Amino acid sequence: MANAIELTNASKVYRRFAHRRQFATLKSALLSRSLVRDLRPDETFTALNNVTVSVPRGQTLGVIGRNGSGKSTMLKLVAGITKPTSGTVKVNGRISALIELGAGFHPEISGRENVFINGIMLGLTKRDIAARFDEIVEFAEMKDFIDAPVKTYSSGMYMRLGFAVAIHVDPEVLLVDEVLAVGDEGFTHKCLDKFAEFKRRGKTILLVTHSLGMVERFCDDALWLDGGRIKGSGDPKRIVGAYVTDVEKREERELAATDAKARHDANAVVVSPDEPASAVLPDNPVDTATAAGDMFRAAEGRWGSREIEIAEVRFVGPDRESGHVFHSGDRVDIQIRLRAPLPIDDFVVGIGIFNADGTCCYGTNTYLEELAPETISGDAEATFTIESLDLVEGTYKVDVAVHKVDGYPYDYHRLLHTFRVKSRVKDVGIYRPRHTWGFSKNMRFKELREPRS
Amino acid sequence: MLHNLAQLPRYRGLIQSLVARELKARYRGSVLGFFWSFVNPLLLLLVYSIVFAYIMPARFTGGEEPKPFADAYPYGVFLFCGLLPWTWFASSLNESAGVLISGGNLIKKVLFPAEVLPIVTALANMVHFLLGLPILVLFLAYYRAPITLGELAWFPIIVLVQLIFTTSLGLLVAALTVHFRDIRDILSNVLSLWFFATPIIYPWQHAPDLGKWFLNANPFTHLAISYQEVLFFKGPFGHWRWLLALAAASLGLFLFAYFVFDRLRDTFAEEV
Repeated sequence: MANAIELTNASKVYRRFAHRRQFATLKSALLSRSLVRDLRPDETFTALNNVTVSVPRGQTLGVIGRNGSGKSTMLKLVAGITKPTSGTVKVNGRISALIELGAGFHPEISGRENVFINGIMLGLTKRDIAARFDEIVEFAEMKDFIDAPVKTYSSGMYMRLGFAVAIHVDPEVLLVDEVLAVGDEGFTHKCLDKFAEFKRRGKTILLVTHSLGMVERFCDDALWLDGGRIKGSGDPKRIVGAYVTDVEKREERELAATDAKARHDANAVVVSPDEPASAVLPDNPVDTATAAGDMFRAAEGRWGSREIEIAEVRFVGPDRESGHVFHSGDRVDIQIRLRAPLPIDDFVVGIGIFNADGTCCYGTNTYLEELAPETISGDAEATFTIESLDLVEGTYKVDVAVHKVDGYPYDYHRLLHTFRVKSRVKDVGIYRPRHTWGFSKNMRFKELREPRS
Repeated sequence: MLHNLAQLPRYRGLIQSLVARELKARYRGSVLGFFWSFVNPLLLLLVYSIVFAYIMPARFTGGEEPKPFADAYPYGVFLFCGLLPWTWFASSLNESAGVLISGGNLIKKVLFPAEVLPIVTALANMVHFLLGLPILVLFLAYYRAPITLGELAWFPIIVLVQLIFTTSLGLLVAALTVHFRDIRDILSNVLSLWFFATPIIYPWQHAPDLGKWFLNANPFTHLAISYQEVLFFKGPFGHWRWLLALAAASLGLFLFAYFVFDRLRDTFAEEV
């Protein structure tokens, strides 16, 4: 089968001008006689690096990747809007690019006239458009407004009309860039149906999207770009899985970095043990738990006498590895390494978990749980095991503290530790009770809907 | 380049509808609408007539001056013969300078033949020029200008030459402005100098000898003289040699401009 799209070692290098260059003008170019030099880039940015892909006719390729990974550049190369710096791009058949919907609509003239002009720009003849006009308007759900000037349209109407024209060009190769967010649920379904129809009719589709579910459901193949290079290609399920794992790892690193920074900053302003900051700040996790409002005022910080020091706090996931990103329902250990240079017999270890709003999700300490302190000396470790992390998706901050029974702080880590909970299900709230649904026989559901991820 | 040039006729449907859109959009929302195409040149004529008839009376009574068709020298009509095509030329260039930048959405996001934009600009302004002609015809008829059919046959040729010349410069200006935005600012000044360096508000014969040499080097001189000879002055059209030479030069210029445009084409999507 012939390939509809073929990229061979395609690279795209953009010129990136330093600030000085950006303001280089004809005058300065002439004055310094550096016209030629100025036109030559001195700093370049490789948006796409040696990419080789082929899409056989009738196949759908999903392209995924982080922002700035070169997805849109690739689409532009395929669309012919820009030329590759090196390598070749070959496309067989008429292209329609759903890149910028309604690009070239003129605000002053009516939707009707714009449909004609847009269609001509996309390669149709007047007669073609006249034949499809009703269908286009119908699809865009614009019957009542088609004769109003485009400048009066809402952005949704604008996009819908643009989409409708582009999709009625009847292309052999359809390029789609993140455009399904243009309408209400109903319109989105219509678009999806239209894509399915395109697929059935053996058209080639190149889909750039962040909607991983769409890639899994729609595409015959997936391509994962990262930093302009191909990081993986092949079966959509496998590629999406690898991509999700990579995203989690990246988040993990970012969280670890912000955590380390927070602790570093907190250490820089050590409150002297003589004047415990507990006078102004809630000094034990239980108080904090009851005074959620204080969270808005409370900042990250660390204080205490350090007679007992919290040396390290680690989150350990089900894989027994220390990390910051967990899935809802995971077993998570919070391991607290303590150091007491001198033996101490009055101590309480506490934990508080807060969500991004500052709401305390849970707080407890050893005193509340009626553990009477006896002694601590040298390096010690306390582990707080959460059997099942039944929280909804989000970022959570953790207080960890050791203090006397009366509240005098040894070492108080206020919101210095962060972890993130991920979940396939986008439920809301804070707490996710373990649950199942049950239904009587006369109440049925279809096959599982596409999970939105 | 030649391949792209050969594609140009395929875009005529696109060019046609874009010109129509340009014209429709221009007066959309104004009370007089299309009427402005007539009123604008009329007002322009009025302004220049007042200036040169009352404020700075022009005395064009040199010896070798060709006879106008009427005893009273209808200066306004003379002026109009050169001013109308000049307006077409100047506004085309001014608009061309910004046309790729304002059409950036098309160039960046859609596969769109960029050269269509300056061509549309030149054509849309030509339509305005043609719409202004009835005013001129009215005045010529009022003064009973002795226009012969033989002379009039040259008129479309002059318009065609100007179209090629204007389009060529429009392509150049459009392509270069993408890289040097300064051109937009320089251009309006260059054009006003160019205006006075062209025999539009004064007849060619009034220029000093040194100036004549200079004026001859100005391509628009020959267009202006051609319009004036055909429409205003008595006698057969004597400037045709210059006009044909200009036609040839314009074709050359067009190829050159298209070549430059084509070379820069790939940079547009990144620079606009």
